[in-house]
Parts: sequence; structure tokens; C-alpha cells
Amino acid sequence: MNVLIDKFDVFAGGFWLTLQICLLAAIGALLLGAVVAVLRISPVPPLRAVGTAYVNIFRNMPLTVVMFFAAFGLPALGSNADFLRLPGLDAVFNRLGTDLPYFRFALIALVLYTAAFVCEALRSGVNAVPPGQAEAARSLGLTFSQNLRHVVLPQSWKASVVPLGSVIIAMIKNSALAGFFGVVGDLAQTADQLTSAEGFAFVPVAIGISIGYLIMTVPLGALLDRIEKRQAVAR
Amino acid sequence: MTTGEPLIVLDSVNKWFGPLHVLDDVSLSVGRGEVVVVIGPSGSGKSTLCRTINRLEPINSGTITFDGQPLPAEGKALAKLRSEVGMVFQSFNLFAHKTILENVTLGPVKVRKEKPAAVRERALALLDRVGIANQADKFPAQLSGGQQQRAAIARALAMQPKAMLFDEPTSALDPEMVGEVLEVMTSLASEGMTMVVVTHEMGFARHAANRVIFMADGQLVEDAPPAEFFANPRSARAKDFLSKILTH
Repeated sequence: MNVLIDKFDVFAGGFWLTLQICLLAAIGALLLGAVVAVLRISPVPPLRAVGTAYVNIFRNMPLTVVMFFAAFGLPALGSNADFLRLPGLDAVFNRLGTDLPYFRFALIALVLYTAAFVCEALRSGVNAVPPGQAEAARSLGLTFSQNLRHVVLPQSWKASVVPLGSVIIAMIKNSALAGFFGVVGDLAQTADQLTSAEGFAFVPVAIGISIGYLIMTVPLGALLDRIEKRQAVAR
Repeated sequence: MTTGEPLIVLDSVNKWFGPLHVLDDVSLSVGRGEVVVVIGPSGSGKSTLCRTINRLEPINSGTITFDGQPLPAEGKALAKLRSEVGMVFQSFNLFAHKTILENVTLGPVKVRKEKPAAVRERALALLDRVGIANQADKFPAQLSGGQQQRAAIARALAMQPKAMLFDEPTSALDPEMVGEVLEVMTSLASEGMTMVVVTHEMGFARHAANRVIFMADGQLVEDAPPAEFFANPRSARAKDFLSKILTH
């Protein structure tokens, strides 16, 4: 078990990189997922079709395949995912010292994949709002977007927050795949590095990285339980 | 009561729910200031009829005209029309996450873009009128059914509508709360509001309606002043219906 102490800085570095990927991917997935969810419940049939197609593709494809497409497909198309070098975001990447295309590829794959699940979690929340609420809003003359903003979404939040949390927890664990698609130094790839290249025993290393993931997921789960309890009181 | 051209006109309206013919060639016109009560057995299409007037239910054929304009398709124009037609639902449908006052002010502020301060004043006056001014800052779930329904009427009135639709407004209420809602509706009727009321309250039909419409199996079977309808129903279907509800 000495590896946990001797290589603490390596584990800590892996934890830090994984946390960065997860934070950025969670923000991206929540934003994109919200857009796709709005498409899927829109009254305009072509928009609904686009939203449904998106969910069908990314929810049903293994994340590994999405990662392959991002890490090998994008370069084949001549892209280094430089479109993610947005002013603010770019500064973050540089600051983190992770300005490598593979970091961006992994991020894109995680965001695309997770957004499909975020969309469905949000939509289940929308469906949990009694239809009479939206009907009353329409009968007052509220437009579709006003209806969503002032009546439906504020109430759907309650029912979406728990499934949404599960989606983000799953995403944190899914981020382990990034290490196998060129991202050097995240938790999962740290394990690979320590065991295959440096010859440490696998089990202690596996325990080490498990702790790393648990530090991220367990508090998130506890937070969700608290939110759920608070809502139960408010109801 | 009726002056000039009618406000609401339904012409040969047909609607199907799958194979079920819920509205079978219904034609009806409602004049300005008129109070029309729609009665009939459950499943006769009366609620559907009420909901087609602001297009909460789209129709399959026929035309519906409101204030001289045919009902527009889904979009901005329809939203504008709906803002001119108040609707009160059986299950109240107050916005559960907003206070009573916020429920009443939401439409005027967001749809009509009126100044919040002016709307607030009007909303409080309306809540006072329906007798629940002291409940303004509570949430719907904290009110009794009768209070909720009166708040829902105030919410619809805040838009200063040209007509009001009531879809079984007292059917979900405990008996002792029916009266307070009907009182508000009666005072509205006496002030000349155009109203289409789907209800089982025969007392209200008798004393507040200008006309009673009797529907059965999707068809408009009778259309008569209340005194005439209750004393002398012409169709066997209406006689049968009245004998069942009036014997108790």
C-alpha cells in the first residue's frame, strides 16, 4: 500500500485533471442537454425531430465509440477541436496546462454523450408537471417560451434534480475512459501508468484511484439526498 | 342583452378523438354580454366544446370565429386571442410555485407588458372583489378549493377578457364551497360579461343564464331560454337527463 503514500502527488494530479474534465464536461452537458430538451418538447415538428434524433444517436451509442469518433474522427476531418479555443475557455485551458487536443476531444465526447441523458432527465421533470399548468399558461396567452420560462421549467426542476444528479455521477465515472484516448494524467490513466509502466501492484493502485472517484461522487450524491429531503418538506 | 354581431360563432364544427365523434356538426353563436350554460351527460362533448373556443382543443372541420376573426393557427396570433378569452378550469390550475398575487399578475405583466405596479393594484382589487384579498401572499396549496377557484377567476379577469369560458368550475369543489364560486360567477354575469359555462349546477343555469344548451353524444340537441328548457324540454334525451338530475 506504500504506493498510495509514495505516489500521492501522482494520484493528486490525476484527481485534479479528472475534476477539471468533469467540471467542464458537466457545464457543457447541462447547457447542451437543456437545448436538446427544449428542441424535444418544442411545438415545431422539425425541431422535435432534431432533438429526438440527437437523443437516439448519443444515448444508444457506446461512449467508447463516441470517444473514438472525437479522438480519431475529428483529426481525420482536419480539426484539432480548435473551435473550443473560445476566449474565456482558452484561458482556462492554458492556465490548467492541459492545452492538448486530446483533452478537448475527450471533453467533446463526454459532453455530446452526457447531453442526451441530461435532456431526458430534464424532460422527465417537464413531464412531471401537471398538464393543467401549461394549459392555464397557454389560456392566458403566454407564448411557448414564456410558458417554459415562467411556469413549466421552475416546477420541472424539482422532479429533474435527482435524475440529473445520477447522470452527472455517471458522467464522472465515464470520464475514466478519457485516459485511454490520449488524455495523459487523469485518474484512470494514472492507474495504467503506475501499474504497467512503473510496476506497482494493481490492487493498491486501484484502491487509490477509487478513492479519487469517490471523493467526487459521494459528496454529490449526499448533496442530492439533501436537496430531495428539503423538497419533501416544501411539498 | 345581445347587441350587434355575435362574439363567438361556431359553424359546423366537427371533432374526433380517434374513432370517437366528440363534436358532431355543432353550430352555435354567442352574443356579446350573453351567458350561455352548456349542460348534458358526461361524455357528451360539452367540455370539449368549451375548450375549442380558445383552441386548447383543435377541431377537425368547421370554423370558429371570435370577435369577427377566425381562430388563428398555433403561434403569436393565437396567443393574443387567448389573452382575450379568460378560462377557468375544473381543477383550478393555479401556478403551484407562485403566490396568489403572482398568479394574477403574471399574464398582464408578461403577455400585455403592463407596468407591474399598476397590475398589482388591479390584481389586489380583483382579489378583493372575489373575497380573498387577505390570501394574496399565500401559495395555492394553502387555500381551500373554493378560494383557489375564485383566485383562478381573478387571474382570468386580470387580462380584462372579452369573454370568459368556465369548464365545470364547481365540479371539483366540496358542496359548501360551490356557493361562493357561483356567487362570483353570478355577479360577473349580471355585469354583462360574455360567458360560456359548462356546469352541472342547474340553479345557476336557471337564474343566471340567458340560454341553456343541451348536448348529448357530441350533438347540440337543444338551445332554449332556461325557463323554457327546464319547464318544457323538447327532446326525449333532455327529458331523460332532467328527470335523472332533478329527482334528487
